[in-house]
Amino acid sequence: MLELRNVDTYYGTIQALHDVSLTIGKGEIVTLIGANGAGKSTTLMTICGINRPRHGEILLEGKPIHRLTSDAVVRHGIIQVPEGRLIFPDMTVQENLDLGAFLRKDAVGIQTDLDYVFSLFPILAERRRQLGGTLSGGEQQMLAISRALMARPRILLLDEPSLGLAPIIISQIFSIIRKVNEDGVTVFLVEQNANQALRIADRGYVMENGRVVMADTAQKLLESQQVRKAYLGM
Amino acid sequence: MEQLLYFFELFFGGLTRGSIYALIALGYTLVYGIIELINFAHGEIYMLGAFTAMVVAGVLGVYGLPSAAILIIAALCAVVWVGAYGFTIEKIAYKPLRGAPRLSPLISAIGMSIFLQNYVILAQTSDFVSFPQLLPELPFLEKIGSIMGESDFIILVTSTATMIALTLFIRYSKTGKAMRATAQNRTMALLLGIDANKIISMTFIIGSALAAIGGVLIAAHMGQINFAIGFLAGMKAFTAAVLGGIGSVPGAMVGGLVLGLCESFTTGYFSGDYEDVLSFGILVLILVLRPDGILGKAKVQKV
Repeated sequence: MLELRNVDTYYGTIQALHDVSLTIGKGEIVTLIGANGAGKSTTLMTICGINRPRHGEILLEGKPIHRLTSDAVVRHGIIQVPEGRLIFPDMTVQENLDLGAFLRKDAVGIQTDLDYVFSLFPILAERRRQLGGTLSGGEQQMLAISRALMARPRILLLDEPSLGLAPIIISQIFSIIRKVNEDGVTVFLVEQNANQALRIADRGYVMENGRVVMADTAQKLLESQQVRKAYLGM
Repeated sequence: MEQLLYFFELFFGGLTRGSIYALIALGYTLVYGIIELINFAHGEIYMLGAFTAMVVAGVLGVYGLPSAAILIIAALCAVVWVGAYGFTIEKIAYKPLRGAPRLSPLISAIGMSIFLQNYVILAQTSDFVSFPQLLPELPFLEKIGSIMGESDFIILVTSTATMIALTLFIRYSKTGKAMRATAQNRTMALLLGIDANKIISMTFIIGSALAAIGGVLIAAHMGQINFAIGFLAGMKAFTAAVLGGIGSVPGAMVGGLVLGLCESFTTGYFSGDYEDVLSFGILVLILVLRPDGILGKAKVQKV
């Protein structure tokens, strides 16, 4: 469904991505694991049109999208939940969700999706008049995912949704990610928490220093000596 | 009794003055909120609003329309025309410098300000020109005429209505929400499909339109304008924006009113000579003692 072919991305003169190629199939959960600074977030920002690849191409269902502006990428149904959640702190939960549906005009569909995210995260329904900045870290992550779902994504890109959260919240978030995937959304999950990520993913890629160094099914990666040593601490 | 009347006269005079400052200050604060730029050409936008209305009113005057109708049409033309100026200025002077160090767009803004002043000198004149007397007579103000005149009343009503409309727009409209989102986190706004360029243009248009309204009101009140009126008014409004907390919309309104009242009372009880000294004294004090202003939030640097 989404394919990166030989993508190089630079920040000024510094090359952050080297010849990155990966594919995400329809309905899959694909994970990208790697250490800090490996280029995982840059990969997502390049897909979303925030950073431009200098070489290579990004194809959505065979059509190039790497020259599109970020709003056009969103229009194609590719939505990112960025690292650090980036909630609008001075806006209410409801307003944050409204902005998720910024490009949509189907009032009925928006209401359906609002009910859907409130069924996933009932706590947000309780807090809908509260300012985003007053939520706890876990609630903010829930809001960030919900806000992205309000755009009715075809592909959901998640950047370290487990970052800084308590284990019980992490497993809750991961079970929601799996549920969202079962409801028909393709998921591309970037994580440092390789164990959790590989457990829910179909396939995985391992990134080091801006290059994809391994690609396999999630099961195989979980069993691989190299991954176990470097990312699972075993 | 005499003293009380005098107090109210100064009070309403201050509100009138302050609401004009507030209208202009909103343009500074909206733009700063979104792209962290002090648009020093904003005072000139206000001046252009006054000139546009003067030209339109001059043309319409030939046809013998009622003066209130001329004023309203002239004001609407000024709003649209000057909104277009705001849009164009951003595209020419600021957009190309968006990735540049912060000093560059600031210099560009000052350049734009000087350019616009000289452009008006060349296109019009460097002398004061008279603005037609267009304010309608309001008989119900006769009783309180000593403390509030027609122009005060019209300025207060118009600016209050404008500010209420702006507040509702920012709070409830889709574009308003997108403006706030872009101000709070531009990257996230982009990731949600908000076209930041469009929002920035929109901000410049709205800010310019508000300044134009201020310009028309003050021109109708004073009866004469020249190319330099934007400079002092712009500096005062900038002071008001900083006083209220730059980046904060209610802050600009409060800052404008507070500054207007301070000036009015100083002029009334001490001397008019110290009006500007007071304003810029306030600016210095605020910058030294409380740079976040009355309603601004202290930015906590997270590490």
